[in-house]
Amino acid sequence: MNSRAHADPPPTPAPQSARSITWTRRKRALGRTWRTYRRSKMGMTGLIILVLIIGMAVFAPLLASSEGLSAAKATGGVLDPPSQHPPLGTDDLGRSMWTLTVWGSRISLLVGFAATILSMVIGSIIGIVAGYYGGWSDRLLMRVTDWFLVIPFLPLAIVLASILGRSLFVIIFVIGVTSWPGTSRVVRSQALTVKTRPYVERARALGASDWHLITRHVLPNVFPLIFANTILVVAVAILSETTLSFLGLGDPLQVSWGTILENAFTGGAATINAWWWLVPPGLAIVLIVLAFTMCGYALDEILNPRIRRRGIVGAVTGRVEDGSEASP
Amino acid sequence: MSRARDRRETAPSSEALLEARDVHVSFTGRTGLLSGISGRAAPVARAVDGVSLAVKQGEIVALAGESGCGKTTLARTIMGLERPTRGDVFYEGRPIRDDLRGYRRRVQMVFQDPTGALNPRQTIYESVAEGLRIHKLPGVEESLVADALTRAGLRPAERFFLLYPHELSGGQRQRAVIAGAMVLNPKVLVADEPVSMLDASVRGEILRLLLQLRDDFGLSLIIVTHDLGLAWTVADRVAVMYLGRIVEEGPAERVLTQPLHPYTRALLDIVPEAGGLERPVLKGEPPDPSNIPPGCRFHPRCPAVAGGTAADAGVESLCRNEDLGLVELRPGHMVACHLALKTHGDAATADAGGSPVPNV
Amino acid sequence: MSLLTVNDLRVEYASSGGWVPAVRGVDLTLDRGQVLGLAGESGCGKSTIAHALLRLLPPETRVRGEVFLNGQDVLQLKPGRLRAVRWAEGAIVFQGAMHALNPVRRIRDQLAEPMILHGQRSDKEAHLRVGELLEQVGLPAKRGADYPHEFSGGQRQRVMIAMALACDPALLIADEPTTALDVMVQAQVLNLLKELQEDLGLAMLFITHDLSVLVEVCDRIAVMYAGRIVEEGPSDRVFGAPAHPYTKALAGAFPTIGDPIFRRAPAGLGGDPPDPQALPTGCPFHPRCPQAFDECPRVDPPLFRAEEGHVAACLLVPDDQPQGVGA
Repeated sequence: MNSRAHADPPPTPAPQSARSITWTRRKRALGRTWRTYRRSKMGMTGLIILVLIIGMAVFAPLLASSEGLSAAKATGGVLDPPSQHPPLGTDDLGRSMWTLTVWGSRISLLVGFAATILSMVIGSIIGIVAGYYGGWSDRLLMRVTDWFLVIPFLPLAIVLASILGRSLFVIIFVIGVTSWPGTSRVVRSQALTVKTRPYVERARALGASDWHLITRHVLPNVFPLIFANTILVVAVAILSETTLSFLGLGDPLQVSWGTILENAFTGGAATINAWWWLVPPGLAIVLIVLAFTMCGYALDEILNPRIRRRGIVGAVTGRVEDGSEASP
Repeated sequence: MSRARDRRETAPSSEALLEARDVHVSFTGRTGLLSGISGRAAPVARAVDGVSLAVKQGEIVALAGESGCGKTTLARTIMGLERPTRGDVFYEGRPIRDDLRGYRRRVQMVFQDPTGALNPRQTIYESVAEGLRIHKLPGVEESLVADALTRAGLRPAERFFLLYPHELSGGQRQRAVIAGAMVLNPKVLVADEPVSMLDASVRGEILRLLLQLRDDFGLSLIIVTHDLGLAWTVADRVAVMYLGRIVEEGPAERVLTQPLHPYTRALLDIVPEAGGLERPVLKGEPPDPSNIPPGCRFHPRCPAVAGGTAADAGVESLCRNEDLGLVELRPGHMVACHLALKTHGDAATADAGGSPVPNV
Repeated sequence: MSLLTVNDLRVEYASSGGWVPAVRGVDLTLDRGQVLGLAGESGCGKSTIAHALLRLLPPETRVRGEVFLNGQDVLQLKPGRLRAVRWAEGAIVFQGAMHALNPVRRIRDQLAEPMILHGQRSDKEAHLRVGELLEQVGLPAKRGADYPHEFSGGQRQRVMIAMALACDPALLIADEPTTALDVMVQAQVLNLLKELQEDLGLAMLFITHDLSVLVEVCDRIAVMYAGRIVEEGPSDRVFGAPAHPYTKALAGAFPTIGDPIFRRAPAGLGGDPPDPQALPTGCPFHPRCPQAFDECPRVDPPLFRAEEGHVAACLLVPDDQPQGVGA
């Protein structure tokens, strides 16, 4: 969009109040991002899968009775293959695989999201502070980050599980604590870039405090990157939860895809050829990780300024879509 | 090593609105691992090496020079974005550090890159309103912003509220930056190369705007530029900088048509004119502020030294060995040059006319 | 036969809204040893022309017309022949070329590369010639052993000029060669280009937005606006007595120091260069033109003759006497 001063005025009358201006601006930016996102087939596929799986988790009570999780109330026979009912067969306790998978999604997603939030919050704060302030705080924070980066994920989980017992909290904590360093590095480098931008200096010349600069300029510019990063971290977190549960470190009282797989493995599902015990949770994991990854890639394309903004127009005339007038 | 008396340092400046007094700004380079171990000192770049500059109300001063001369560092120090290693900046007689926040409402900045200076994710409204929000100024924000945009020539102001920087042309963006500065009602604008990144045909508009702001609101302007043509167009006074010092300063008509310093003369000589005459060009690169020559800092590149004129006048050894400050040779016209001093004598006996530095 | 003849060059690039014209029918002629300046601002298409002459535009562009270099139409050459022509017959110094040097290779290797690639010289001969080239651009030959970061901006630009001359081209296209440089260094590089042009008999197409620089270096100047040439003539006439209002405005942006006319009277145009996707009707300059009248939005003027060898695309020109044309 390249409207100029003497072009036609915009179709809608400009709102007069400051608040509505900010709001309009945010809505438009979101609308633009959504329209660009919609064009990505990969992004839309991933999004649809995500919506379906999250929907499954949210509407679990509607899809399968929670009573089916309890072995005592299991209705099916032991290790029944898929048939009319239950549609996905049963496990070694006679529980419907469908029920297990549907309800297991809740735990897997919960742990994934919780761990991700923990990781992103810690990582972003540290990254922004280190990147913005620089100097000794940067050096200190980066050394701390390096330390955490080196901590091996699995041994930590094992140690903590044995000390604190097996619980969801332990898993969330372990995943969160070992994945924030990656985020903080990415955020830090972006904060460094933004810090040196001329508009930040202009704000400083206007008299802005550090807080203003961080919240009004650094954060909004870092946020899209954080968001795209988050998407990918969630995928990893879910996978990590699955891994930990599969290895027996998960909460034995909760049903997650990882614990289902663990049961299946220890129950010898492979040897007795009970594929219906392994496939539903396994497929679910693959699908959700794939979905997050696809969304992440689509977002990456949006965020990558060179692909998004230049296009062909910019390449030839030097006039980039964002209007910066590089001499052609 | 005697220093010629620099009148500026001792005289009280009751007239000056904004004043830099004997400002020094040095940057230490980073020591590499090896040189740190071997004890070699990090190179110190003396970007601004003793500059005094005063700006009166309603005055437009051009700060001219090549890159590396320190003009941008000086401008940023005047804005309070850099801290001087020595000396200080005074506004209405008081050091700016006493009340930096209040100072910012009085002295504002216009930047070289209008595109970079505006946050691409914020609307023009928000960029202009930023100053108001930072200082929590009273008044209806929307009308203050509209007023500032109008003053900067963006009409009708409301049209620009929702636009983003990329939807504006280069000239309009710079006007938006100016509006963002004007919204605080400053008394002084410091403009760092305000038009160098704009298309040539659009520059005049912005310069016209700056002149108008001075005429209508009594604004003072410090314009940093490498373009002496720009100085000729808008400036009342010109200060030419070289390697961290002002080497010549005076009324624009004088300095640009009858320069006293060989460096000013060289800068004027290279401005292209129709006819393509052969003109002498200084050899070498713009100098390095971490490696300032002894004596007069310009002497290694000075055409007068190289061409023998300095030797003929008997000042060559002074040029090579004695550093000197600005001396007022004619009313309001100061220069830091041994040859000029020798040729023209002290200000006491100078008359209105006089010959410029002999053409070397 | 002239060295370079461009006939009705048209360049369009693909965009979501269809084909957008960047260059809308440009004719140029350049003889051996002549220097032609191409002036204009962002969006006028001058850089596009520079790239089009050696077919360096990206594949999403559509180029039509003829570009005769040494009698061959560059736009019709087969790839093998095209590669031979590039650099050996016409070379280009890009804008910001000083950043185009490979930071991990020595200068002498980068300078020798085009010669070796074109099979013009053996390795040994090429390295000998590197020394000559460096001296030619005012740098000591032994600096060939240095890496790019050991040179200043101005020195790197000299290296790029040396690289352009490596295969002895007859035509040198310089696209904003001095824009990013400091004034003093700019003057040095301009002097260098002038010397080289005289010594080697080069034909030069000098592209820049700085009209005053062109007056120094060029025999003739062509001014571009919105993809077309709007004025062309001898450089002192175009700068000193411009016939097109745009040229007048552009020339006004470079005041003569010492002339009181320019004191506190900045000359400038309102608005901004037109969007190639939405060109105004008739004369593309009319929205910004201080002298526009009612015919202007209706007619896109061809180049009228203002005086001998000096043409301008403005409806006012045919009515003025040649002597009356001016600021």
